[in-house]
Amino acid sequence: MDQLDTIEAQSIFILREAYRSFKNLVMLWSVGKDSTVLLWLTRKAFFGHVPIPLMHVDTAFKVPAMIEYRDRFAREWKLNMIVGKNEKSLEAKETFPDGKLTRLECCAALKSEALKHTLSGEWPRWVLDHTTGEYVKQEGGEPFTGVIVGARADEEGSRSKERYFSPRDRHNDWDVGDQPPELWNQFKTDFAPGTHVRIHPLLDWTELNIWEYIERENIPIIDLYFDHGNGKRYRSLGCMPCTSPVDSTAKNVAEVIEELRSGKFSNIAERSGREQDKEDGAGLETLRRDGYM
Amino acid sequence: MAKMGQHVNEAIGGVGQMNIVVIGHVDHGKSTVIGRLLADTGSLPEGRLEAVKTNCAYNSRPFEYAFLLDALKDEQAQGITIDSARCFFRSSKREYIIIDAPGHIEFLKNMISGAARAEAGLLVIDAKEGVRENSRRHGYLLSMLGIKQVAVCVNKMDLVDYSQDIFESIRAEYAEFLGRVDIEPTEFIPVSAREGDNIITNSDRMAWFTGSSVLDVVDGFAKEPSRVDKPLRFAVQAIYKFTAQGDDRRIIAGRIDTGTVNVGDEVVFLPSQKRSRITTIEGFNLPTQTKAVAGQSTGFALDEQVYLTPGELMCRVDEPQAKVGTHLKVNIFWMGRQPMIKHKRYKLKLGSTRIPVWLREVVTVLDASDLTTDSNKQQIDRHDVAECVLETLKPVAFDLSQDIAQTGRFVIIDNYEIAAGGVVLDTVHSATNRTLEGVRQREKNWDRSGITPEMRSERYKQRSTLVLICGPVGAGKQRLAKALEENLFKSGRSVYYLGLANSLLGADMNVDQGGERDEYLRRLGEVSHLFTDAGLILITTISDLDEYELDMVKTLNRPNDCRVINVGASRFTEAKIDLQVGDLSNQAAAIQKIKDMLVQEKYLIEYYL
Repeated sequence: MDQLDTIEAQSIFILREAYRSFKNLVMLWSVGKDSTVLLWLTRKAFFGHVPIPLMHVDTAFKVPAMIEYRDRFAREWKLNMIVGKNEKSLEAKETFPDGKLTRLECCAALKSEALKHTLSGEWPRWVLDHTTGEYVKQEGGEPFTGVIVGARADEEGSRSKERYFSPRDRHNDWDVGDQPPELWNQFKTDFAPGTHVRIHPLLDWTELNIWEYIERENIPIIDLYFDHGNGKRYRSLGCMPCTSPVDSTAKNVAEVIEELRSGKFSNIAERSGREQDKEDGAGLETLRRDGYM
Repeated sequence: MAKMGQHVNEAIGGVGQMNIVVIGHVDHGKSTVIGRLLADTGSLPEGRLEAVKTNCAYNSRPFEYAFLLDALKDEQAQGITIDSARCFFRSSKREYIIIDAPGHIEFLKNMISGAARAEAGLLVIDAKEGVRENSRRHGYLLSMLGIKQVAVCVNKMDLVDYSQDIFESIRAEYAEFLGRVDIEPTEFIPVSAREGDNIITNSDRMAWFTGSSVLDVVDGFAKEPSRVDKPLRFAVQAIYKFTAQGDDRRIIAGRIDTGTVNVGDEVVFLPSQKRSRITTIEGFNLPTQTKAVAGQSTGFALDEQVYLTPGELMCRVDEPQAKVGTHLKVNIFWMGRQPMIKHKRYKLKLGSTRIPVWLREVVTVLDASDLTTDSNKQQIDRHDVAECVLETLKPVAFDLSQDIAQTGRFVIIDNYEIAAGGVVLDTVHSATNRTLEGVRQREKNWDRSGITPEMRSERYKQRSTLVLICGPVGAGKQRLAKALEENLFKSGRSVYYLGLANSLLGADMNVDQGGERDEYLRRLGEVSHLFTDAGLILITTISDLDEYELDMVKTLNRPNDCRVINVGASRFTEAKIDLQVGDLSNQAAAIQKIKDMLVQEKYLIEYYL
């Protein structure tokens, strides 16, 4: 078994443990490369099927191509697709940059808040109806107790300390100082009522591993990651106002891999195009404690 | 040296990634050693070093390499590592995940979590402070976790003027300790992480040291020997059937812990002893496979559809098989907030098994910081290492950790939390068990009146018994039980149908989901004992009962009788069943068969003088 085989086997093992242990399980799918690899690994784990519902938090500031891509594969792979959003903030224009909010406040409202309340079932969920191909608003859903997330340990400092199975309390808080022990692939699959667990099957993957796996498995990936002739491409996908493309002429998966291995990005952090990380010395950590993924 | 990361991917080839944990007493400089290793090998993302330096200048505090790792706010504020952080690092030889484990006693469970992932350990000792409590405790725990590849960094040599004498005295003391816990370090390295001495190259300031630098030692650690050569162990994680998606495959899913298995191999599942043969190896987006090996998460289809539940261990019939038992002698490390005590129900997770477990005996408790033992302790406190005997609710399949580490280790859950890690030292053959002991105690203390069972039997014209109707869900057991009660009642018998069991023992109550099915079975057994003691015939139904559960109910009902009637498919060996009823299409006939049996066995007394 090579390195990709090893981390693939571990991710599949984690996904199956999650599916075995949580009755109300959901997977977050941002349509970015990491969570799309996670979705692919789910098909691997369950022999072609995706028995876990997928949730996408739509901030309404995503690149339109992302929504098209999401719905195309939701239909093709018969995904149980759930969309959540912060209707109030969007209606009241409490956003960035067209509202009064800073980047971090906007992230908190459109992502963290929307996610928290959609997961808990307090806010409506828009569920894809495969017979009509349309999303149907549903109220009063059950809270999800297991949430699968595509975070990787190499992304930034706070993620390097995550567990594969990481508990969150009633307020969605992450108690970094008091994380459960995790040894010999025995995870925290027992949880008190009212709490939930975040599950991180991709913790051991690096950005390069992700791309190598996409190449090996021939996973259909959104083409925003590639240069279309103007010398720019996205390295990390987010909302339009806060994510800038990077200068790069990588036009396909092989060229992205080459760039990461020995080219211009071999030594530059992936999230360097994400502005919200820079606002506060520990911006992402603050967001994560508050429920950001 | 600075750009060594660039050539890595060509160089590493098949060598593979390696996990290394860095541990030691608080403040002895673990994070600094790693920070230095990352910085000096050019493994940091561009700008990271500068950003941390700028941040330090902005907050007017001196820069430390540890800040590169201690990413979380609490840690920077307190200057200690709280949780194990992982960082990726590449040498010219291979890729690494370096695990920075905290040294503070409060965070020992985090240290364990970090170390349990590692294949080798780097122990850091402060040259000025010398060997401290957690230097020893961590050394012991590494040994218990099965990590035998260890190197020791004697750090902060700059604070002791690079003194060879100090280094040698620490080496002598600590080597002696490690020897006692069965660890022989590959190297002791005098370093100053802050100054970069002996980290990636040998330092002029310690010309007396002729050994290798930290980087060379780390590059010299050997990969774990392959697990393919051991006998097959495959812990069944789940049985999938995605019928609703139009897929009729029944797939036994899990990960191969050790060994190999081929299409056509005959396999046995433990503890159930069920046998079958591998027909296909299943996968998605994979070519057809005929062989699966250790490490793979995979799935199998079997030629015979044996009844299986998650938690079974699949072995090959032609290889040495795992052990099966309820009493395990183990070594455990307790991390729970509450001590581990006897008579309290815990949960054991071993492989894919999840099962209630009790502490039966504390053999010795060890203080890992100085290796002193205490043989009189009756409970296991936080941070204790204890040799003890555990009893599981039902037999479990396992190996001794010295034979197969992967299936010889486990964790214990207390109140939703992983409270302990442990390794299996031995099996214990016990003539007794918790249920039996409880019943003996009960019978001893029972205050009996002058009314004997014979007097009751004469009065009620019957001998009392529990009539236990078993079988799969939906077999019509409850309807049968009620009709049987009515029939017996109308013919003058003293009979009662206990309808409680079925709803409480429904599908959600299985042990795997943390349900307490065994607790309801225990209550059922106790209630049954009362009814049968009072001279009644008690009828009840339980779905999907297994043999161990049946034995438990029967034991609890002792010394009174129990008759087992199975409806439909049976999970029991024949000897366990007193009457098999194929189906209930003719219920009246089934009732007559049961009555005939009860008459024949003199529970229903037909005549008396």
